[in-house]
Amino acid sequence: MTTVTMTVNGAPVSHDVEDRTLLSSLLRDGLKLTGTHIGCDTSQCGACVVHVNGQAVKSCTMFAVEADGAEVSTIEGQANADGSLNVIQQAFQDHHGLQCGFCTPGMVMSTVSLLKDNPKPTETEVRAYLEGNFCRCTGYHNIVKAILAASGQDVSAE
Amino acid sequence: MYAFDIERPTSVADAVAALKDEDALALGGGQTLIPTLKQRLAAPSKLVLLTGIADLQGIANDGDTLRIGGTTTHATVAADTAGSYPALADLASHIGDPAVRNRGTIGGSLANNDPSACYPAVALASGATIITNARAIAADDYFQGMFETALDDGEIVTAVSIPVPEKANYQKFVQPASRFALVGVFVAKFAGGVRVAVTGASNEGVYRWTQAEAALTADFSAAAIAGLSVDADNLIADVHGSAEYRAHLVKVMTGRAVTAA
Ligand SMILES: Cc1cc2nc3c(=O)[nH]c(=O)nc-3n(C[C@H](O)[C@H](O)[C@H](O)COP(=O)(O)OP(=O)(O)OC[C@H]3O[C@@H](n4cnc5c(N)ncnc54)[C@H](O)[C@@H]3O)c2cc1C
Ligand code: FES
Ligand code: FES
Repeated sequence: MTTVTMTVNGAPVSHDVEDRTLLSSLLRDGLKLTGTHIGCDTSQCGACVVHVNGQAVKSCTMFAVEADGAEVSTIEGQANADGSLNVIQQAFQDHHGLQCGFCTPGMVMSTVSLLKDNPKPTETEVRAYLEGNFCRCTGYHNIVKAILAASGQDVSAE
Repeated sequence: MYAFDIERPTSVADAVAALKDEDALALGGGQTLIPTLKQRLAAPSKLVLLTGIADLQGIANDGDTLRIGGTTTHATVAADTAGSYPALADLASHIGDPAVRNRGTIGGSLANNDPSACYPAVALASGATIITNARAIAADDYFQGMFETALDDGEIVTAVSIPVPEKANYQKFVQPASRFALVGVFVAKFAGGVRVAVTGASNEGVYRWTQAEAALTADFSAAAIAGLSVDADNLIADVHGSAEYRAHLVKVMTGRAVTAA
């Protein structure tokens, strides 16, 4: 057992974990933050994407002890301070960027990273960036549209 | 996953000492090793985390050669070599997806030597030197077949020294499911000649296509290889493509790389 200490969505957290505990397991089972989803558990699907020190990572493919001392943010930390949906979440709702919603936490976390690096991405750039985020429902079209809308671009013709 | 302990050394010396344990394994970015552990294809008693060692990170550029620390991530290579070695930056920026690139490391990729991985191609085509805690190994001696390298047990890739060519290009024909290279060809043109490295195609892992190198050294144009043919013997055949298909792709991708370089 190792005691890990980190900030999760701004709040300090300390937890005992086995060394083999994945960050995704610590978040979901240890901290009860079940918004981070496990789709494949083999680093393919991106449902588990969270940010560690500002960088998007697949939390199923990182050990909790590797995040010791880090700042972690998850989907639970993305809403505005008043509890309303942030711009990206709202755009997913407005443009039907989800159906079952299983992939959505990872999609939103990847989108936060994308728009931080590239505030006005093209459609091609959005699709390339989402290479590691799988959606089995939407066919991606409305996800891409939601992201373009969240970046402030006109999608009325899409 | 079987249970194991994770050690977090902050110096190469401490990491090397920790790896002396028989069942210890180095942990780089974990993008290959963690899935392997989940499948119980490896059962180490101890993982030695290399990413906390400051000496193994970052990129130095002396004009002719880049020295890239062993735990430098694909994302950092993509961002920091765009000016100094654009073909390398382009290769790094197309490995996996953004989250994989934020964790995966150049040392981990070279140590793993997956027959379809991208970094072995740039290392071999550039005539790189793999630097370990114990010695320096020329790329020509380092890659020894599918998942096989010259590394001894417990030896750590601390850096890679990569000469920067006059012109270079990497063409990756993406395997649609894994997004690794179904066939990838890296062409590098130096004052002293051209080197061509092929990944994804051979049962022996990355290799140099020496016939094309000779033709391209005489005439650096796609036309120069038009008359060559690639032998399908010992090329990979699987559900994604036959050996003959890969042989065909090796030539097509080489031509495209030369044209784009
Ligand atoms: C979805 C996905 C897509 C991918 N697509 C591609 C692709 O298109 N092209 C491509 O090339 N790769 C691809 N990869 C592989 C990726 O590049 C891995 O990051 C890389 O192969 C291994 O690097 P790592 O740092 O994660 O190593 P780890 O997984 O930590 O380790 C791999 C092996 O190397 C050893 N090791 C690690 N670091 C060192 C070191 N410094 N010295 C000695 N031994 C060491 C470990 O003990 C282990 O045996 C993909 C991976 C995923 C999950
Ligand atoms: S659950 Fe982590 S990538 Fe699919
Ligand atoms: S909305 Fe169902 S997987 Fe994307």
